[in-house]
Amino acid sequence: MQLSLAPLPYFWPRAATLAFYEAVADWPVDLVHVGETVCSKRRELRSADWLGVAGCLAAAGKTVVLSSLALIEAESEVGALRRLVADGRFLIEANDLSAVQLCREAGRPFVGGPTLNVYNHESLRMLQEDGLLRWVPGVEVGAAQITELRAAYRANGWAFPELEVQVWGRQGLAYSARCFTARALDLAKDDCGFRCIEFPDGLPLATREGEAFLRINGIQVQGDAPIDLGAAWDELQALDVAVLRIVPQSPADTQAAVERWRTAIDSRQAPPPTGEPPGFWQGAPGRGSGPIG
Amino acid sequence: MELVCPAGNLPALHTALEAGADAVYLGFRDQTNARAFPGLNFSDAEIATGIRRARELGRKIYIALNTYPETARLAHWQRAVDRAADLGASAIIAADLAVLDYAAKRHPGLPRHLSVQGSATTAPALRYMHERFGIARAVLPRVLSLAQVERVCASSPVPLEAFAFGSLCIMVEGRCQLSSYVTGASPNRHGVCSPAAFVRWEEHADGGRSVRLNGVLIDRFEAAEAAGYPTVCKGRFAVRGEVFHALEEPTSLNTLPILPKLHAAGVIALKIEGRQRGAAYIGQVAATWRRAIDRLLAAPADWQCREEWMAALGRHAEGHQTTLGPYHRAWH
Repeated sequence: MQLSLAPLPYFWPRAATLAFYEAVADWPVDLVHVGETVCSKRRELRSADWLGVAGCLAAAGKTVVLSSLALIEAESEVGALRRLVADGRFLIEANDLSAVQLCREAGRPFVGGPTLNVYNHESLRMLQEDGLLRWVPGVEVGAAQITELRAAYRANGWAFPELEVQVWGRQGLAYSARCFTARALDLAKDDCGFRCIEFPDGLPLATREGEAFLRINGIQVQGDAPIDLGAAWDELQALDVAVLRIVPQSPADTQAAVERWRTAIDSRQAPPPTGEPPGFWQGAPGRGSGPIG
Repeated sequence: MELVCPAGNLPALHTALEAGADAVYLGFRDQTNARAFPGLNFSDAEIATGIRRARELGRKIYIALNTYPETARLAHWQRAVDRAADLGASAIIAADLAVLDYAAKRHPGLPRHLSVQGSATTAPALRYMHERFGIARAVLPRVLSLAQVERVCASSPVPLEAFAFGSLCIMVEGRCQLSSYVTGASPNRHGVCSPAAFVRWEEHADGGRSVRLNGVLIDRFEAAEAAGYPTVCKGRFAVRGEVFHALEEPTSLNTLPILPKLHAAGVIALKIEGRQRGAAYIGQVAATWRRAIDRLLAAPADWQCREEWMAALGRHAEGHQTTLGPYHRAWH
């Protein structure tokens, strides 16, 4: 079992991002995903910078994956992705079908990221034919669905791809053409001033009765509460999950989560319980409150 | 330029055809389509009736099979593809790779349209769907600006359909788990968003009302305030101490003012949203677009967006407000 760090979903100043990955080079994670996955306008680090970060992490012994944007809107974004695919030094995490196709056309393998819509064995199988090596299920895909997928693969005599599951961090729930951070600041997206840089842990959104609910992160909406799959440790083993994925938030919280899960992997023992497994994992509403009929 | 109109039942289908729809899209009465609402959609016999009528008029019926089946339910979606083929649909509208693959292999003569739920926003994504499944058309997600639509049209391997009018999902279609997060009912898997079974209205002593979705307070309305349907994205929430429509205000997409530009870009079909809406909506919206399209095709140079068209469409808009939405750069 390996430990991976998902791409940083937030927009941090260049120096903070570089310092974060410099620290990550010494963290006990096996895989590190880098790159901007949320908003193409975020350019504290350009493609060349990300490749530089990737190179440093690789030199430190990490397996590096370049993660692509979940929503690609402009031709320039396709061009940037095409150059990353062509660079060829690192595996790509394809977060939409544009990235799948660019990898396919270049004959390069890829990781199927969480925003590809894969819900059944035949869809997954086709992406494997296209070059998918590892699969990160979408946030609403739970243990029961992965069990079904695995069973269908066994019945067909197919080899299941490596499975990577988010075990800690906030869940990305929705993406839009609009920017919700800009909206909250009463700014047009075209003139946003890159103000999401002021919210390194996202912008909390609460209900009118003050219940913490969602996190605004530019064009992305996340669930407010970080999930923790510690209570599902036995299921993660049973499902033969190869890679446990941590989604970064503040460096201190992220580092604590990395250490907690590293200890679990090394000791082959469940991390100390932090409550029920998250809703989606159990086939329930993502924020919890029991299964639906 | 084809006018593609919604129908949630047979009267709406007939109304759409009478009002000038070139094609009507509809769904089976189950979770195989993205409007799996109670009391909506068609039995096989009703679809057969609709297809007969459409053929008499030289029009088309498309069947939406645009949700994502999980492994255990894939066979049900495959049977739905078979039924669509047997009924003689002019095309299916699908998003899931396995559903498209099954249709391409089992019913190669049945055209496949990529649903908006497939989230294909670029030429490479469209190439993928075309090379893999031989799609004949793709419906563009409601996220691109007009300039981006023009460029995708120029580089797409298949003709493109664009949304013209109707309720506006603020999130990228096929990429929104907000309903699933709150209720467990998923647009992608179950074809529903924030279903009514999870909605609870509370009356207050001052005449105001609150509305909850599976216990989560989505909004609170003053006595005199108009209250909309509580999808998560249209609620009012507190951000930085201020309560407002933090994600989206209830409004409808209306692209009528840029109709000539969509036509010039090469968009081959315009889609009206609203299978959940009644026959009155469909009749008036379809008739308005029919007139606008006919006038454009007859005399492109003289085309003007008429006030009476905008007024007619405005009456059917959510919150009586319309926007050019993503097509207009300032909206983003």
